[in-house]
Amino acid sequence: MNKIYLDNNATTAVKEEVLDAMLPYFREQFGNPSSVHWAGRMVSSAIEKAREQVAELLNCSPAEVIFLSCGSEGDNYAIKGTAEALKHKGNHIITTAVEHPAVLETCEALEKDGFEVTYLGVDRDGMLDLKELEAAITPQTILISVMWANNETGNIFPISEIGAIAKKHRVRFHTDAVQAAGKIPVDVRAANVDMAVISGHKIGAPKGVGAMYLKRGTKINRFMHGGHQERNRRAGTHNVAGIVGLGVACELALRDLDSNYAYVRQLRDKLEQGILETIPEVKLNGHPDADLRLPNTLNVSFNYIEGESLLLFFDMKGIAASSGSACTSGSLEPSHVMGAMGVDIVLAHSSTRFSLGPDNTEEEIDYVLNELPPIVQRLREMSPLYNREEPTPLSCDECRMVHRA
Amino acid sequence: MYTEKVMDHFSNPRNVGEIANANGVGEVGNASCGDIMKIYLKVEGDVIQDVKFKTFGCGAAIATSSMVTELAIGKTIDEALVLTNQAVAEALDGLPPAKMHCSNLAADALHEAIKDYREKHPA
Ligand SMILES: Cc1ncc(COP(=O)(O)O)c(C=O)c1O
Repeated sequence: MNKIYLDNNATTAVKEEVLDAMLPYFREQFGNPSSVHWAGRMVSSAIEKAREQVAELLNCSPAEVIFLSCGSEGDNYAIKGTAEALKHKGNHIITTAVEHPAVLETCEALEKDGFEVTYLGVDRDGMLDLKELEAAITPQTILISVMWANNETGNIFPISEIGAIAKKHRVRFHTDAVQAAGKIPVDVRAANVDMAVISGHKIGAPKGVGAMYLKRGTKINRFMHGGHQERNRRAGTHNVAGIVGLGVACELALRDLDSNYAYVRQLRDKLEQGILETIPEVKLNGHPDADLRLPNTLNVSFNYIEGESLLLFFDMKGIAASSGSACTSGSLEPSHVMGAMGVDIVLAHSSTRFSLGPDNTEEEIDYVLNELPPIVQRLREMSPLYNREEPTPLSCDECRMVHRA
Repeated sequence: MYTEKVMDHFSNPRNVGEIANANGVGEVGNASCGDIMKIYLKVEGDVIQDVKFKTFGCGAAIATSSMVTELAIGKTIDEALVLTNQAVAEALDGLPPAKMHCSNLAADALHEAIKDYREKHPA
């Protein structure tokens, strides 16, 4: 069976060069980098090299890089650490309704502790209104947290403009760059970002490693208490092999950014045009201007079809994608991102994300374009919503819809 | 996460479609939950001669719809009325726990269709 992986925003395979670089750190160079002896010394230089590689990708100083266990930890650390450190200054946080749960749920937890959070809405294209963002800033505002790019739609937010607004009002600015890093240029200095988070497994490094850029001089409370690793900013014995892998993945991402960007973009555009041209009643979710989306991401709703059943039929043909339907989100509600964009409820349940990577080929896209139309047609024939005359029953007493305004 | 039987009924659903001259039609579910099931019945005498379905929903929703049609065909309406969602799920060797709420409504849809039939054909 063909195996076509179009779910790179969920996770990626570890790159060969990354794995090769990691392997010595399991058995030959197994030391604890905090140890003074030969075993530790061998390893600590590897950590520092990885720090430089990460810094290079983000355009910061290596001393501003903190290694962590994952992207979620970075978002938690940045937001909770700031809230604690700055609570004497204010209790207001501004974020968006379309953040990853690592940000949203962290903010919700802080609300229970007395912080006030503004969740900025987005328009139908999934974009923010920067005037609204600026207007939301009050003397109590201590943090703005806006993702660099959205994992579901691929929408790229105007991080430099937000950075300028944050700077003007002297508010700290955190960005979840987990999806942006390695796919588009991420220059934390140019964008005036104070904290940025990346995750290894989205860029060809293993799962369970991430990093945070913390601008020099930024006060933050510790999140993980314990040993003095990472200059006291993050306790826990280093995941040496993972960190080495993250470093190499960042180096490769920087080296190949332009060529991968162009190549993946061309495949994505082909898939996008092919689907929109051959399948009727498909809605593009995200900004219609492809330049304002990550080059690898396509999110579309195949009307009248529920997302999980579509994914299962794709899976039978070896095609791996993902969906914003309730059934795949593990909750009773479809994607909060689709909800925030005001996507019709049926279309939200049928939203489907294809996220490509440099390992995909043109033949794979041709295959997918060939297989999709009959699957969609078959499921539509099965759907009571297709060619329906009476109105669609919309609401359910037992389900609560979550609206994050 | 799904049993083989679920995947079988999902990938080859039985009795998909509409019955042109159905004498009972029932629909349950709603778009918020992401599951809508519609059942068409052809009842003769007291016996369900034919059942067809149309479903918008996840794998479990389609598989349970397919299974309920198989279970109902040939039954009297009284027999069909005692069919439960639980029995449908069991006939599929079970459903994942998360699917037991919204997606497991096929017997309800069947009962709605029988109710419709009874309303149209008072004894
Ligand atoms: C935008 C975004 N932020 C954060 C995360 C969480 O990263 P991790 O899986 O490393 O915790 C993800 C990945 O799912 C993501 O897409």
